[in-house]
Amino acid sequence: VNLNGVLIEDTFAEAFPMRATRLVVTADKAAWARTAALSMTGFATSVIACGCEAGIERELSPDETPDGRPGISVLLFGMSSKDLAKQVQNRVGQCVLTCASTACFSGIEAEESLPLGKALRYFADGFQIAKKLGSKRYWRLPVMDGEFVVEDTTGLVKGIGGGNFLILATSRPAALAAAEAAVVVMREVPGVIMPFPGGIVRSGSKVGSKYKGLIASTNDAYCPTLKGQTETRLGEPVEAVLEIVIDGLWEDAISRATAAGVRAACALGHEGGVVAISAGNYGGKLGPHHFHLHKLLA
Amino acid sequence: MSALVLTLREAPRRTIDASPLLPERLMGLGKRQIAGLPLHTGNCRIALGDLFTIAPGEAETLVLHGATGRLDRVGQGMTRGAIRIEGDAGAYLGHAMRGGQIFVEGSTDLLAGCAMTGGVLRIEGDTGDFLGGALPGERTGMTGGAVLVGGRAGDRAGDAMRRGLILVQGRAGDFAASRMVAGTLVILGRCGADPGFGMKRGSLLLGEEPEHRLATFNDNGRHELPWLRLLASHCAGLGWSGRLPGADGARLRRLSGDLANGGKGEILIAEAPA
Repeated sequence: VNLNGVLIEDTFAEAFPMRATRLVVTADKAAWARTAALSMTGFATSVIACGCEAGIERELSPDETPDGRPGISVLLFGMSSKDLAKQVQNRVGQCVLTCASTACFSGIEAEESLPLGKALRYFADGFQIAKKLGSKRYWRLPVMDGEFVVEDTTGLVKGIGGGNFLILATSRPAALAAAEAAVVVMREVPGVIMPFPGGIVRSGSKVGSKYKGLIASTNDAYCPTLKGQTETRLGEPVEAVLEIVIDGLWEDAISRATAAGVRAACALGHEGGVVAISAGNYGGKLGPHHFHLHKLLA
Repeated sequence: MSALVLTLREAPRRTIDASPLLPERLMGLGKRQIAGLPLHTGNCRIALGDLFTIAPGEAETLVLHGATGRLDRVGQGMTRGAIRIEGDAGAYLGHAMRGGQIFVEGSTDLLAGCAMTGGVLRIEGDTGDFLGGALPGERTGMTGGAVLVGGRAGDRAGDAMRRGLILVQGRAGDFAASRMVAGTLVILGRCGADPGFGMKRGSLLLGEEPEHRLATFNDNGRHELPWLRLLASHCAGLGWSGRLPGADGARLRRLSGDLANGGKGEILIAEAPA
């Protein structure tokens, strides 16, 4: 398949089940909600070493948030409920509780839940106040700028991590321009985050390493400087590859984000230096979710 | 299908225990079965059909019509459905109610919503003492659900209340939130003397300065409290369209007490507009 002169390889992205939650952070000003969200989702690119993968889903207008203030919705993904619970507690405790004027709420209804205010309330040292309004319980924690309001729990759902595609281009600027264009449109899709810096990964990895104890190492087949030195997957014109990794709450959200991203990257066309679009998988034996590029673009 | 309507044939001379009049109990019953249901008044038993005329309908919504002011215990222990009282109601309205909705067009006697644990109770007119309170001898009042009163409330509203929301749009009597354990009581009109007497935890939000304040409450200063925005949207979700003090970011006077009982409760008082 060819899109605007760009070869779409007949392959698929292989993704894995994860546990996920959505948090809504509000503040007096949208900028402070964003500051808290950026802080909370920092160092959350990959579960390999960060404990969770997290990112900003979208901005929320005051009429979309529980307390009528500007807000941000954030998605967090972990490998297990336990891991995710720890990450939510640490990240909200260190990055939202501490951030001026904020409040934090569950952004998703689900049968299962993770502790949120339930875990953080002890910070108030006995001065915490529970407020049950309807079916929801909130905690009011006295802090130095007034009260930090936080919902008791947040919904816990099954998510999918590791959706991806690769942009193969004739130069680093060309690859980056295509990846940037892709991320812009992908951020419009609800239910997904691209957890890597700016939504883009340049150090794609393979499983294993020649060194003992390293579970992942550089994906040499896609490193342009190793052409001729290793069993490469890159043709003659390719000089740079960038990957976009997608975590989503639903399979459909990842499919839509992937399709939108690939189309945006290909819009730059062969003249823009984009040579091919590929995807990362492990032969289909490890992950239950397969995103076939040709099917998504059909 | 229209609602099941029960109309009193004449004004009862004595109070009637109307606790059997529950949508969940009447559902699936025919007109004759409903007419045969026994009701108690004093030490007498009367068939429902002798007191009411019955217009059959879907009992999911039960309408009580006529001189209903002497019907006690309407909606007692109710779990679902809706009751609409087109007039006044007696005492113990919605006693120990667990779910569903009760709407009263008129006023009620004392102990409305006492010991209720869920559901929504709406009274358009006034109500008596111990609104959402504890039964005499009991230590716990309302533990869930919401009570909205359009008019005035009597003394000791929210007595020993533990959870849930009571909102009184008009004035209230003395000792509001007495012995309150937790929960939220809002009184938008002026309330009588000594609110929060024996209060342990919980929030009492007042639209005006009370007639007299207890000495066992400490002044915490004026504050903007973000949780009031959540309370306002919760009230709006219950169909209440009024303005809640502090929900717009205005500062409220906060008092903590009752210091004679731990002092973890709060009274929030809206400041008079300048």
